[in-house]
Amino acid sequence: MKNEKIKFRDRVKDISAGLGDSLKESSLWGSIFRPGSPFRKGYSDSPRNRSYVVMNNVLYHLHPVKVKRHGVRLSYTLCLGGLSFFTFIVLTITGIWLMFYFRPTEMAYVDIQSLQTSIAFGSLVRNMHRWAAHIMVIVVFLHMSRVFYHGAYKAPREFNWVIGVILLLLTLLLSFTGYLLPWDQLAIWAVTVGGNMASYTPVIGAQVKFALFAGLEATEATLLRFYVLHVLFLPFIIVIFMAIHFWRVRKDGGISGPL
Amino acid sequence: MVDIPEHLLIKTAEARAKALGISVEQALAEMKGEAEPTTISKEPEVIDVKPIEVKEAPAPAAEVKEAPAPAAAVKTDIPAEVEFAPETRVTQRLLTVVKAKPIQKPTSEPVDKVNTWPHLMLPEFISLMAMTAFLIFISAILQAPLLEEANPNITPNPAKAPWYFLGLQELLSYWDPQIAGVMIPLIIGVVAFMAIPYIDRNKDNKPSKRKYAIMLWTFFLAGAGTLSLIGILFRGPGWNWTYPWIDGVWFDDLLDWVHFE
Ligand code: HEM
Repeated sequence: MKNEKIKFRDRVKDISAGLGDSLKESSLWGSIFRPGSPFRKGYSDSPRNRSYVVMNNVLYHLHPVKVKRHGVRLSYTLCLGGLSFFTFIVLTITGIWLMFYFRPTEMAYVDIQSLQTSIAFGSLVRNMHRWAAHIMVIVVFLHMSRVFYHGAYKAPREFNWVIGVILLLLTLLLSFTGYLLPWDQLAIWAVTVGGNMASYTPVIGAQVKFALFAGLEATEATLLRFYVLHVLFLPFIIVIFMAIHFWRVRKDGGISGPL
Repeated sequence: MVDIPEHLLIKTAEARAKALGISVEQALAEMKGEAEPTTISKEPEVIDVKPIEVKEAPAPAAEVKEAPAPAAAVKTDIPAEVEFAPETRVTQRLLTVVKAKPIQKPTSEPVDKVNTWPHLMLPEFISLMAMTAFLIFISAILQAPLLEEANPNITPNPAKAPWYFLGLQELLSYWDPQIAGVMIPLIIGVVAFMAIPYIDRNKDNKPSKRKYAIMLWTFFLAGAGTLSLIGILFRGPGWNWTYPWIDGVWFDDLLDWVHFE
């Protein structure tokens, strides 16, 4: 009896292994997982396959096949640039999810309230979006400091630093426009203070504030304007600048250093 | 002469030692020019090849052409034993050793590289997972603030900007903004930041060679950090100085987890 059970289990194992093999031999599988992929049949860990993993993959747009040994040490970049990018991805995913439940109208505040109380995981996702936004500002700033302390902005990387400053500004603007959206007392007054700081500028101040706020003070027109900037315009621009930033890291000869 | 990294030198020495049958230390010393190079003392290698008798010449091409099925005809016509060895004794001797010198002069130092997969992508994946886990964790325990609905008629006191502008707000509170302006210094500041690589013409990236730059940035960090902390923790109603441990904290971003008031 016991023996039969084991045999049966072995047979199931064999059958499933056979199914896996025939699936991996199918042309569909082969068309998805290109040579070098660890998911292909007969994969072996060789230097050639290690190169193919990157080369035969969309990842080749981001990473070269080989990188400097000192550059992959966690203690060099502290992964701060990468983490800036990851937080941005988390923000994009959670942000799109929040858009399903949010209207940038006089309903905004109510929408946030009901999101927190009556939608599954609503509170969690809102918290994630908000804390990730704060963390992104911090991490981008730390990345900038890491770059400075390494002198990584020196030739030929001068222009990537300039792109970086633009990325920092865009990050701050994204955070600032998002700050208004919950439409509570914290949101409206923080943004009003920010706008007032801008409006004190002689000659252009009042005009800039008027354009940004769609009026003299923060109203629902401002909410709509900030919303469009926050979910569409600024992410669009920042992705373009990130693409240029990453491309230049490679074109400037990879990570700087070693010190 | 370019400095060759130590580990590459040792690799080459090992290969040389293996080829010549000498010790690695010896090979290394020879490569560095500290010892006489070992020469190959063996006699030129002689490979004996048995004389081959060519039995019959292959069929002339003309005949092959005539055959109705050329492929089959060729196959049967050529004797199986034919080997194309023109000489009976083949000798190989070492004529000269050509030193490996590049035709193009290398302009950059040799760099030590590793495969992106797995040496870069694995740590990246792990940090992505760690960060996501961290975010889910703090989002589960820390509630994001949501105050009463926006009301343009009720101004909170103090009204604070988002935290990353609080250092700036603190700085601006020291003089009349009508006079100083805000955006013009801000724009100048941003342009100055962008200009850093063009101002700092020191090519060195060794920390010991750029003490001045490091000092300036550290001052900037300390200043910005101090101003921000003052704006966050030490400013109460009317932007007056308050002590967080006596008067409480006016910082609504942390509303739900700093219970001072
Ligand atoms: C959204 C914001 C940003 C993202 C996603 C980002 C991403 C990255 C990544 C992934 C790298 C590769 C090396 C590393 O991880 O350190 C990098 C390098 C670099 N970044 Fe950024 N960055 C951002 C903002 C900035 C800022 C604000 C600056 C400076 C003002 C900057 C300047 C540079 C420079 C000069 C390098 C080359 C560093 C080197 O070769 O060692 N970046 N960035």
